[in-house]
Amino acid sequence: MKQNGGGPSQELMRLVIVGHVDHGKSTLVGRLLADTGSLPEGKLQFTKDICDRQGKVFEFAFLLDALEEEQDQGITIDTSQIFFNTDKRHYVIIDAPGHKEFLKNMVTGAASAEGALLLIDAYEGVQEQSRRHGYILKLLGLTQVAVVVNKMDLVDYDPEVFYKIKTAYTEFLTSMGIEPKMFIPVAAKVGDNIAAKSENMKWHEGPTVLEMLDQFEKQKPKDHLPFRLPVQDVYKFDERRIIAGRVESGTLNIGDELVFSPSLKRARVKTIEAWSVPEQPKIATATQSIGVTLDEQIFVERGEVASLPEEGPIVSTTFDVNVFWMGSRHFEKGREYTIKLTTEEVECEIVEFKKVIDASTLEPLVGQNYLVKNDVAEVTLCTKRPIALDLFGTIPETGRFVIVDEYDVCGGGIVTTYSASTDKDKLRDEVRNRDFNWVKSNISSSERAYRNGHQAALILFVGESGVGKAKLAKSLEEKIFKNNFQSYLLDGRNVRLGVGADLESEVQNSKGEPLRRFGEVARLFLDAGHILISTTNVFNQEDHSDIELIIDPCPLIEIHIGEKAPSGDFDGMSLTESDAKNEKEAVNKIYAYLKEKKILTGHNYSI
Amino acid sequence: MADHLDALESQSIFILREAYKKFKNLAMLWSIGKDSTVMLWLARKAFFGNVPLPLVHIDTSYKIPQMIQYRDQKAKEWGLNLVVGQNKKALDEGMNHEMGRIVCCEALKTNGLTAVMEEKNYTGLILGIRRDEEGTRAKERYFSPRDKNFEWNFKDQPPELWDQFKTTFAEGTHIRIHPLLHWTELNVWEYIEREKIPIIDLYFDKGEGKRYRSLGCAPCTGSIQSTATTVSEIIEELKTVATSERSGRAQDQEDTYAMQKLRAKGYM
Repeated sequence: MKQNGGGPSQELMRLVIVGHVDHGKSTLVGRLLADTGSLPEGKLQFTKDICDRQGKVFEFAFLLDALEEEQDQGITIDTSQIFFNTDKRHYVIIDAPGHKEFLKNMVTGAASAEGALLLIDAYEGVQEQSRRHGYILKLLGLTQVAVVVNKMDLVDYDPEVFYKIKTAYTEFLTSMGIEPKMFIPVAAKVGDNIAAKSENMKWHEGPTVLEMLDQFEKQKPKDHLPFRLPVQDVYKFDERRIIAGRVESGTLNIGDELVFSPSLKRARVKTIEAWSVPEQPKIATATQSIGVTLDEQIFVERGEVASLPEEGPIVSTTFDVNVFWMGSRHFEKGREYTIKLTTEEVECEIVEFKKVIDASTLEPLVGQNYLVKNDVAEVTLCTKRPIALDLFGTIPETGRFVIVDEYDVCGGGIVTTYSASTDKDKLRDEVRNRDFNWVKSNISSSERAYRNGHQAALILFVGESGVGKAKLAKSLEEKIFKNNFQSYLLDGRNVRLGVGADLESEVQNSKGEPLRRFGEVARLFLDAGHILISTTNVFNQEDHSDIELIIDPCPLIEIHIGEKAPSGDFDGMSLTESDAKNEKEAVNKIYAYLKEKKILTGHNYSI
Repeated sequence: MADHLDALESQSIFILREAYKKFKNLAMLWSIGKDSTVMLWLARKAFFGNVPLPLVHIDTSYKIPQMIQYRDQKAKEWGLNLVVGQNKKALDEGMNHEMGRIVCCEALKTNGLTAVMEEKNYTGLILGIRRDEEGTRAKERYFSPRDKNFEWNFKDQPPELWDQFKTTFAEGTHIRIHPLLHWTELNVWEYIEREKIPIIDLYFDKGEGKRYRSLGCAPCTGSIQSTATTVSEIIEELKTVATSERSGRAQDQEDTYAMQKLRAKGYM
């Protein structure tokens, strides 16, 4: 194969050719290859020989059908990549098939393409898959589409036929927000309007297919968008701890502060690592697979998304999406699936079907509460834990996902809208907004922890009333203080008396606002590096998770007192009532526990 | 401004890192040829100078002798964990290409490979195949499942979009991972030149007016007429040739559908 025909640039454009089965995709590609001189030497003869042996008339489509099976069935089973050049640049065509069964192959091809040719048979007109493929191109975010009306030779090159198809299909595409670049009448079999202008269709004033391709625009790099680096892995092969991932959008410089979502952990970029390069990089841009080291040893995992502080992603469990389905088992409510979005993977469920659409007609399937293979739907999804994402319209790379049913990728989709719908979402948004806008001091939390000899933490005594929580809390504060650490007793009552004085009594007794105020006051002390101790037990377990959200990333440590064992997912320390009665002993135990949890780390100097 | 080689490199690194994260028992096939040596280089890029996975070489015993020398020397120099597989039983029984090239490839390469995979219990295998090499490889996925019998069901492949790959699978299956799938032969040489990768010198003419374009077993691999002695001369040559890369590989020509038949059963 001629791989570099002396085109002026190394630019490569990825194309996909879609459309209804038998509308002539393989023929068009075979023709493009032959007419641009891109076939390997002997390939044409080789294929003609096979046809002779099998007693078939040669067709250009056979040039692509590498697999025996395909020639037998006369359909292209899977995407393959075919290279050719024009004077302007290199092209790679992904020969996407049109057979209905092969939607997943079409999707595979089209998802990586930058431009699409959509084929319609002039004789048959707009068919089921002409519409389905059009819709899916839109869902894949591929809007650079030219429509090729093929087999004009079968309709005597009649312009009427062409314009009728053009009108009908334009209407369909524009209803989805796709503006077709061009409609081109061709006869791929004989080569009309492929590389050369057709003598038979002088009425067509537009470009040939090749001219059209050269007008397609390259995707612009996403360097100007907000920075997104989904964590792919964390490596510790040697003394370096490297956060590895691919920059999906934006630009990163050494020294930039990174915020990881959902955890909201922060650190600055110390180095951008690279092996065997002329010089170590100082900047990273979109599409690069990179690795960075940070100035602080923070614990982050695959699935988190690093951004710059002022332009973070959405973090949520609930969002609206458009999905297309390729699985043989229906996509339905009540079943658990896995969503894979960037490097994050989490279980998810359908909250509701907003609209199920027959993708071949675009008709809504009213009252249908499941999605079948090859159709599309607007759905609200809910994930088991919060994930970081963007709207597809804002940053496509972090706004698209696949759905895994058991072992298989069965669906794909894009995030269309998000609005905080639950109280939890609203609180999370508020907290994230606060953190992104927080004016940071020059002193980092790790510097404070180093000086103080302890981490900032909230210690919450929980249990029935009358078991001696208040007494223990005071003793613990004292014990910690006397060991030269910063401790402070923050009683919920004190917050109400002062900060909450303006609240009406019914609000005072509700949970939302007082809890928020308690959490925010606690957060200030924790930001200052203290160990906070509280006895508040008016809050239930759900409230604790709200407090955790407000004070994140500082830990909330629960000390439970009582005979009744705490619930299953309790992660803290438990003391019996009689343990608690022996105050000194109990405080020592808690003190030891805080050391074990690495909250109390010890001073690094002596006073 | 990133050029086309940067884009290819970045995509391959992303795939290698996905594979490394997702498969506990992962190995990389190293045929000693230019493609898998480039792939090994990319692994060192992906893992910042480290190669944290074993490299498997299937030694048919008929390899061109310099290939084995080169392999052992680089394995030592680069600190590689090299695993050599060989189908001794078939060799003891006298298997060679004269018994039929396809039969021989299957016995010594495919079965040699499956034996190592079973012995080491690998669930993921990284290979340096490219779509532009030949027709059946053009149909491949980046993450391509093989069933219990190592067979490839090319008619029902998983969808692959937005770099979300098939990384979960039923017991008994394994995954072939192809980080170089989107590269062309020319890209590989351009990258070798840019990165100054020390490639085996069988690819260069040593004054006899011929060189190898594709490497395999000595009896079935022919050289091509060429006076290219350097990487840049090979690049210039490739820009004008119109014969296919594997034209020197006799097994491909054995049967019209040789590669399809071989690869459906687990051939690389």
